[in-house]
Amino acid sequence: MFLATNNLHKKILAISLLAYGLSDASIASDAEKQVAYDRPVVLTLESWRSEDAKIWNNEILPVFEALHPGIDVVFSPTKPTEYNAALNARLDGNTAGDLISCRPFDNSLELFHRGHLLDITQIDGMKHFSDVAKSAWSTDDGDATFCIPVASVLHGFFYNKNIFSKLDIDKPSTEAEFFDVLKKLDKASGLTPLAIGTKDQWEAATVGLNLVGPQYWEGENGRLGLINGSKAFTDPQFVEAFSVLERWRPYLSRGYQAQSYSDSQSLFLLERAAIYPGGSWEISGFQSEAEFPIGVFRAPVKSEGESCYISDHTDIGIAINSRTAHRNEAMLFAEWLTTQSFANLLTNKLPGFFALSDHPVTVDNPLAQEFLGLRTDCMSTIRLASQILSRGQPSLGNALWTLSAEVLNGTKSPLEAALDSQNIIEGKRK
Amino acid sequence: MNIHESAEVTREEFKKNTQHKRLKSLTNIGLVAPALSIYLTFSLWPLLNTFRLSLYQTTDSGDRKWVGINQYIELFGNPIWSDQFFNALTNNLQFFGIHVVVQNSIALFLAVLLALVSSRASTFYRGIFFIPTLISVVVVGFVWQLILSPIWGITPNLFDSLGLDHLFAPWLGLESSALITVGLISVWQNVGLPLLLFYSALIAIPQELIEASRLDGLSEWACFWRIKIPLILPTIGVVNILTFIGNFTLSFDLIYAIQGGLAGPSFSTDVMSTLLFRTFFGFQTQLGDHGMGATIATCTFLLILFVVGMYLLLIQRRLRIH
Repeated sequence: MFLATNNLHKKILAISLLAYGLSDASIASDAEKQVAYDRPVVLTLESWRSEDAKIWNNEILPVFEALHPGIDVVFSPTKPTEYNAALNARLDGNTAGDLISCRPFDNSLELFHRGHLLDITQIDGMKHFSDVAKSAWSTDDGDATFCIPVASVLHGFFYNKNIFSKLDIDKPSTEAEFFDVLKKLDKASGLTPLAIGTKDQWEAATVGLNLVGPQYWEGENGRLGLINGSKAFTDPQFVEAFSVLERWRPYLSRGYQAQSYSDSQSLFLLERAAIYPGGSWEISGFQSEAEFPIGVFRAPVKSEGESCYISDHTDIGIAINSRTAHRNEAMLFAEWLTTQSFANLLTNKLPGFFALSDHPVTVDNPLAQEFLGLRTDCMSTIRLASQILSRGQPSLGNALWTLSAEVLNGTKSPLEAALDSQNIIEGKRK
Repeated sequence: MNIHESAEVTREEFKKNTQHKRLKSLTNIGLVAPALSIYLTFSLWPLLNTFRLSLYQTTDSGDRKWVGINQYIELFGNPIWSDQFFNALTNNLQFFGIHVVVQNSIALFLAVLLALVSSRASTFYRGIFFIPTLISVVVVGFVWQLILSPIWGITPNLFDSLGLDHLFAPWLGLESSALITVGLISVWQNVGLPLLLFYSALIAIPQELIEASRLDGLSEWACFWRIKIPLILPTIGVVNILTFIGNFTLSFDLIYAIQGGLAGPSFSTDVMSTLLFRTFFGFQTQLGDHGMGATIATCTFLLILFVVGMYLLLIQRRLRIH
C-alpha cells in the first residue's frame, strides 16, 4: 500500500512537472516571438579608442538609438597598436563589424581598394565637409570618398599650472624660452620637466617630432615638398627638427628609455612631471584624473614673430563595411554622423576631438577651447608621414617612430635619422 | 580426441587467427585515425597552405597573383627585407643561446639538488619552481615590467638603498640589454619544464649503478660526470631540441607582451615570430602582406625542420646506441 501511494506521488509529481515545463515553454516561445518581432538590428562599430568606449556607448550612441528605435549600435574597441592588424584580419575573414573607424589616408585607402568599404560619396550630408577634411578618406583623384570624416585632433604641450605659478614660470612661446623653462624646471628637485618616454616608440614621433617639427619644415610646405620630391629629409629644416628633439634628452625622466605611454601619463597626473607633450585626445582622461589645473601651450616657434604651425590631424573617420548585412541601417547611421546634432555631441562629450563638419558648434570645455585658441592664428598641418609617404615597404610612418625614438635615446644623431628617412623615401621612388 | 577432430580445430583456429589479425589492423587504423585526421587538418594542411601562399603576392586590389619564388628572392636579395630577416634570426639564435646556457644549466643544477633531497622536500620545491610556468605570459610580462620599471619599480629603489644606483639602467629600454633581459625573464618563467625532465631522468638511474661506482671509489663529482650525465644525455638532447623549437614559437608571446609588436628598442628584441606577425598582419601604418608573411613563416619552418632533422639523424641515433 505504502509502495503504491509512493508511486502515485511520483506520477503526480512527474505529470505536474511536465505540465509546468510545457506551460513554461509555451510562455517562453511567446515571449521569444514578441522579441523577434521587434528585436533591434545591432550594428557593431569597430574602433581603436578604448578609452572612449564608455562615452560612446552611454552618451553618444543612445542619441542615435532614440531617433531610430529599431537600431542598436555597439562600440567595440581594440587596442590602438593592434587595431589595424586585427581589423584587416577580421575584414578578410568576414567577421568585422558593420561600421569601421577609419585611420586617415593609406590604411583606409587600401581597405577601400580591396573592396572592404562602401563608396559613400553620394551621401547627402557629405556637403558639410571641406575638401581638406575629405582628403584623408578619398581616393588620390578625389573622385570617391569612403569614410565620413568624424574628428580631428590638435597637438600641444599640456602643463601643470600649479608648478608653473609656484616656480614663477610663464608659458614659453619661442624655442629659446622653451628651453629656459625646461632648465628652470630641471633645477626644482624631484621634478621631471618633460614627461615622454621611448619604450612604446610612437610618442617620440607623434607627439615629439610631429608636434615641434612643423615649425621647422613650415607645415604643409615641407610635408608636400617631401611628397613631390622638391624637398628632402636631409634639408637643414628637417635635420633641425630632429635636433630639437635631441635637445629634450637632458630633461626627461630617469630611465625614460623604458618609460611607456601610460607611465608618462601617470608621471604628469601625479605631478611628478611638469610638461606633457601630447594632443587634444588626452583632455577627457586628464580632466577626470588630475587634481591640479591644466593649461596648454603650442609648439614654440623658432624666433619671435615667425608664423606658427599646428598639427591639426584628421584622425578619425567612420566607414560602412561593404559586406554588412544591415546596409540600410548603417547608411542611416552614416547620415546621422554628418548632422549638427552629432557634431555637437562629439565635440562636447569627447572634448579634444573636434568635429570636421561645417556646422557651427560651441565648445563648452575650457581646455578644449584653449586648444582651439591655439589654432586661430596658426596654420594647420597634418602628421608628416600620414599621406602617401608611408606606402610600400618599409613604412616611413613606422620608421619615423623608431628613428625619433633613437634620436631621443641618443643612439642615432639627428643627421643619421634624417639620412635614414630620406633613404626610405628614395628607395621607394626607384 | 581423434586426429580428425584436431585437424578441424587447427583449421578453425587458423581462420580465427586471420580474422583476428584483420580486425587488429582495422582497430589500429581506427585508433590512429582521430589523431591523424586532427594532425592532417590542423598541422600539415596549414603548413602546406602557408607554403602555397608564399608563392602568391597580394595586389593592391586584394587579388592574389602567382609570383613563384620571387618573394624568396626578394626576402634574401632586398636589404629592406634581408636586414630585418637576419636581424631577427640573429636575435633568435641569441635568445636560444641564453636559454641553453642559463635556463638548461640552472634546470640541471636544481634537478641534481632535488634528486639528492628527501622526496617530500623535492615535491615542495618542484612545485615552487614550476609555478612561474603556469602563470599567464601577459601577467609575467606585466609584473617584470613593473619590477624593472625605472619610475615605479622596486629594482631602482633596491639599487639606491644599496648605494649601487650607478649600476641600475632601464634594461628593457636599452638596445644593448633588452634582449638579454627579456631572455632572462623567459628563463625565470620556463625553467620548470626542463627541471622536471632532468629530475625524472635522474631518479630513473638505477641505484645499483651509483652504489657500484661508489664502491669502486668514485667521488660524488666524478659520479655525476661519468655516470649520471652520460645516462641522461638523451634527455639533455631532447630538452635542447625542445628549447630550440620553443625559441621560435613561444618567444613571441613574451616579447609581444613586454616590448610590443615593434620589438623595440630599434628591433633589438625582434625575432622571427614578431617579424612574421608584423609582416603578415601589418602594424600601424605598415600594411599587412600575406605573401611575404607566408614566405617568412615557411623559411622559419624549414629552418626548424632542418635542425630537428639533423638532430634526429645524427645525434639522437648515436645516443640510443650508446
